[in-house]
Amino acid sequence: MKKKQKQEEQLIIEDITDTAPDALEKESDEAKEAGTEPARADQVKPDTLREEPGNEDPPVVIDMKGITKKYFIGQPNELEVLHGIDIKVRKGEFVAIVGQSGSGKSTLMNVIGALDRPTGGEYTLDGVDMFRTGDSELSEIRCKKIGFVFQTYNLVARTSALKNVELPMLYAGVPMRVRSKKARELLNLVEMGDRIRHLPDELSGGQKQRVAIARAMANDPSIILADEPTGALDSVTGRLIMDIFHKLHDEQGKTIILITHSPELAAECERILTLKDGVIINEQKGSGRNAVL
Amino acid sequence: MLFFENLILAFTALWVNKMRSLLTMLGIIIGIGAVIAIVTVGNSLMNSISSEMSDMGANNIVVGVQARESEEESDGSGMRFETLRGAKIPMEKDLITDEYIRELTAEYPDEIKAVSIDTSLGDARVESGRNYANISLRGINSGYMGANNIKMQAGSEFGSKAYSDGKGVCIVSDRFVSNMFDGDNDKAIGHKIEIEMTGRGYKYYVFTIVGVYEYVSQGFEMQAARDVSTEVYIPISTALNKNHLKGYTNFTIVTKQGIDSDAFALKVKEFMERYYHNNRDFTISTFSLASMVSAMTSMVGTVSTAITVIAAISLIVGGIGVMNIMLVSISERTREIGTRKALGATNGSIRAQFIMEAIVLCLVGGVLGIGVGIIGGAIGAKALGYEASPTASSIVAALLFSMAVGVFFGYYPANKAAKMNPIDALRYE
Ligand SMILES: Nc1ncnc2c1ncn2[C@@H]1O[C@H](COP(=O)(O)OP(=O)(O)OP(=O)(O)O)[C@@H](O)[C@H]1O
Ligand SMILES: [Mg+2]
Repeated sequence: MKKKQKQEEQLIIEDITDTAPDALEKESDEAKEAGTEPARADQVKPDTLREEPGNEDPPVVIDMKGITKKYFIGQPNELEVLHGIDIKVRKGEFVAIVGQSGSGKSTLMNVIGALDRPTGGEYTLDGVDMFRTGDSELSEIRCKKIGFVFQTYNLVARTSALKNVELPMLYAGVPMRVRSKKARELLNLVEMGDRIRHLPDELSGGQKQRVAIARAMANDPSIILADEPTGALDSVTGRLIMDIFHKLHDEQGKTIILITHSPELAAECERILTLKDGVIINEQKGSGRNAVL
Repeated sequence: MLFFENLILAFTALWVNKMRSLLTMLGIIIGIGAVIAIVTVGNSLMNSISSEMSDMGANNIVVGVQARESEEESDGSGMRFETLRGAKIPMEKDLITDEYIRELTAEYPDEIKAVSIDTSLGDARVESGRNYANISLRGINSGYMGANNIKMQAGSEFGSKAYSDGKGVCIVSDRFVSNMFDGDNDKAIGHKIEIEMTGRGYKYYVFTIVGVYEYVSQGFEMQAARDVSTEVYIPISTALNKNHLKGYTNFTIVTKQGIDSDAFALKVKEFMERYYHNNRDFTISTFSLASMVSAMTSMVGTVSTAITVIAAISLIVGGIGVMNIMLVSISERTREIGTRKALGATNGSIRAQFIMEAIVLCLVGGVLGIGVGIIGGAIGAKALGYEASPTASSIVAALLFSMAVGVFFGYYPANKAAKMNPIDALRYE
């Protein structure tokens, strides 16, 4: 019944399954044998979620097949946290990942964001094979293609809001003048223009998160990954943060992947992936619209 | 590119943990400070020795009677530190007489330019009304003034007549004149002064001032200028008469230009030893100023080397302290490192950041150490009575060395930070 519904909706994700991991791996192996990458892309039917008839499909930026992640805690005990995840995300999508605590959402997000290396499977990010990249290339990908927003903000201590926003540009080698100008613009965008000299411990949680979002935007990445960005905030402030994400998505066409425990916020995204015990068990269409507006 | 940012970051980190940074730098400060201080004092010493050498002439040879001691030979340099234990006092038969000196000068007319003899009669205080001056009374021969580079300011040196017949004349210092005669040399010359010796039994002398010499400060003076004791010179024959002595325990030979004073000192020793052939208690020793200087130079060198080694150990200990504190700092800032990596920092830029931090820590320690060393060296040199002369090369070397310590001891912690897995660092609690 579920599968049928999905096919009707012509989703991008192909291997949605609640079968055992073994079966899943087998499936993806078969898929690998079945054909080359472009052929598979051709098979994908138009993305009806954005409902932009006439337009070409936006390119796939995140392409995961059978991604597994194992942790080794003491030599004999290996713990598989992700059991073969298949995800495709097209440019400009707004995707929510939901699921119980411990289901592997953060682990998946870290793999997507090149913070962590998967154990097995295939992963292509914006055309780059993530299994064939060295540490410095991963750094460059994190620097230029991805913007991270964390639940715990992770602003660098004793460093002003402005300098925090400048950091990714620093690592990208942007000249000082440009850096400072861009950082001010971004802080204005998140309505933090009057707090640029404040240190992280002089800001409220919501303010910190806004600075963190400005920082994530610094190098104009095409993908923004947010792991429970509103998790530590009250609902009003959470709303404010969510509005910023909508703005970035609608006005700048950013690809956004958001982990959240809030069903309301998840429903505002275009697509909702439900993770359970390391497998994607459900995929739903969301409104893609700010519920309040 | 990231150089200045890292520099600012490093100074910020240092400033945020002021106390911790200072304690960490202590080893570096002490090490560098010790080296700079020692080099400064050593250098001051060498400068002053070489300037004294050119003052006094490196050509001087000191000849003296020396107790024979089979077990305690004098060392090769000719320098000998008198030990109180078993020190024998030369009797009249053991002294060097005018005759020996005459024969010596007759034997080596081409080598000997002058002979300087002096003998001390002790210290005294001269008083007249409210005025007073501290003096020490010294008998001198005709060669003394030239050999010791003493310049006359007024009046004249003793004539040969004064030297031979032991008249009651004296030469005083300009400082003596300023104490006793308000600095009026004309008033002083021709004036009689009364000297009461109190040291070794009461003695009373009267001398007429015939000349005034220029007093040269011996460097560091503990007392006020007014109280500094200066020499009052009288002819040696007068001094011998007053002391009822017929000879001297030592004298100084000024050699002519171009004479190898080291080699000549040996010849003099050989010549003089014939007078002491049958003397069971005493013999003759000679040493040249040149050999003394080289002995002192090597002594200064040895001491400097020893202290430099200690300082190097202190620097290594300091470096380990820096390494330790860097490891602490890195584990404290693990999440920051994770965040930076998530924002695109490469391993190299993290490594550069922390190496820079270690370098700045060591360099600031080095600069403070140089300050401490210069001040310490100045105090040390002053205490020894020399002009402090810190060397630029030692300061540059200290800076480079403290930087090297920073790089060396900062590399391991920085590399540890650089190699952290970004996600592990971010998750670190
Ligand atoms: N470094 C690690 N070593 C071992 N196990 C780990 C490690 N990191 C995560 N795990 C395990 O992986 C599983 C998934 O963790 P993850 O953080 O992805 O969950 P989550 O879905 O993000 O949960 P939450 O909603 O609470 O944030 C958990 O069972 C956790 O114990
Ligand atoms: Mg999580």
